[in-house]
Amino acid sequence: MTHRQDVHGAKRWLLIALMGLASVAQAQKSSTDSIAEYRAMLQDGNPADLFEAKGEDLWKQKRGPKNASLEQCDLGKGPGVVKGAWVELPRYFADTGRVQDLESRLLTCMEQLQGFKADEIAKTPFGRGEQANVTALATWISAESKGMKFNLSQSHPQERVMYEVGKRLFFMRGGPHDFACATCHAQDDKRIRLQDLPNLTQQPGAGNGFGAWPAYRVSNGQMWSAQLRLNDCYRQQRFPYPLFGSEATIALGVYMGVNGKGGEATAPAIKR
Amino acid sequence: MTRSYLHLASAAAVLALTACSAPLPSSADLDKLTQDIVARSFRAQGQAGVDRLQPDEDNRLCSEADRTGAPVDAKLAQAIEARNMATIKGPSDGKYLGDWKEGEKIAQDGRGKTWTDPANMANGGNCYNCHQISREELSYGTLGPSLYQYGKIRGVTDPNSAAAKPIVEYTWGKINNARAYNACSSMPRFAHKGILTEAQIKHVMALLLDPTSPVNK
Repeated sequence: MTHRQDVHGAKRWLLIALMGLASVAQAQKSSTDSIAEYRAMLQDGNPADLFEAKGEDLWKQKRGPKNASLEQCDLGKGPGVVKGAWVELPRYFADTGRVQDLESRLLTCMEQLQGFKADEIAKTPFGRGEQANVTALATWISAESKGMKFNLSQSHPQERVMYEVGKRLFFMRGGPHDFACATCHAQDDKRIRLQDLPNLTQQPGAGNGFGAWPAYRVSNGQMWSAQLRLNDCYRQQRFPYPLFGSEATIALGVYMGVNGKGGEATAPAIKR
Repeated sequence: MTRSYLHLASAAAVLALTACSAPLPSSADLDKLTQDIVARSFRAQGQAGVDRLQPDEDNRLCSEADRTGAPVDAKLAQAIEARNMATIKGPSDGKYLGDWKEGEKIAQDGRGKTWTDPANMANGGNCYNCHQISREELSYGTLGPSLYQYGKIRGVTDPNSAAAKPIVEYTWGKINNARAYNACSSMPRFAHKGILTEAQIKHVMALLLDPTSPVNK
């Protein structure tokens, strides 16, 4: 998926959304509104529903070498508590002694409860094998917090350290283009091509941006998890490849999630 | 509630507060930790090697300024601009402008240098991602200023004239290495970082400065 393809996707979209509008000037003014309308139309049938259903099944199914379900998985609010867990992640977990996001926490549960090898899943490409299952699980779990407000903890010292590290990563310019996350996501009301860019340093941008993933992407017909969203951001930043569930991506999750405090969880959203 | 209960309650609140505000590591320690985490969190993929994570001094200073909201001080900014200015070379054949039609293609093209791009492809300029340029292209970004009528607004009627020389040279320098003029500019340093070739930069120059380019209509 390249920028150019993204852009072509956006253009195709714009054409659909703008059908019936006569003048170029008019098109310019209303393109964002039209995209919002198109998105609203799509909400009626968000294919993320299918991934949600798959995720719920996977949570309850006995699977893996230990033939166990994930129903005793502790996502931070106690074993088996799913509702409201996602709007408090990433958080510190005493049993692993580290801050984890939803996806890295799912790997812990899949290893401990079901006997899968977390390392192997982390190395599996997105969308394949158990990785696809992690995405479906994350989709269902996030949907269970839909409409709730983000409220990440900053009470554990490691949570505060990860926020500070995440902030440093967010502003870290690098690669051949000298891009940082902040290059595109630290100002209000900016666009890349026609795509609106959320300001992830504060509300409401942080809640709107961070709170939308996992999301179904119409342009490529894929369900994208939060880890994949960050992975592709780094690709477009021309950085090397961030490891799945790496400390860097989790720290960024803490930074954005804390900045989004009070924002509403909209995941699983639908994106162009 | 009795007075002693109140005292107890406030003592507990202070304790809780102290526990919550356990001092963070120093800023320098957090910088070091971040570097360690970066080193552990990425791997090479395609042409995107981990060497890309080595921050140069300019980026380190500008990242810190962005994060803290305190701009780099004037002296430091001058030093950054001076060393970036020193990287800029004039066109090897003395000609600044190429073909605006090729320039438009480069401005449209956002590909190149990602881990999914072949290392030997010609990179795009990404220009429309951030700038309005021609009037016809509606799909433009707003991170950078509009460049529509760039040459016309600046009174460039003949790019080869003595009158146009300062703006032609400035534009050349800006595309080659934007941080020669603005220490912490967000614009990629197209020549300095090997994103665009000299020939490609000439084409983009023509898009902006050639009076026959649609940009200047």
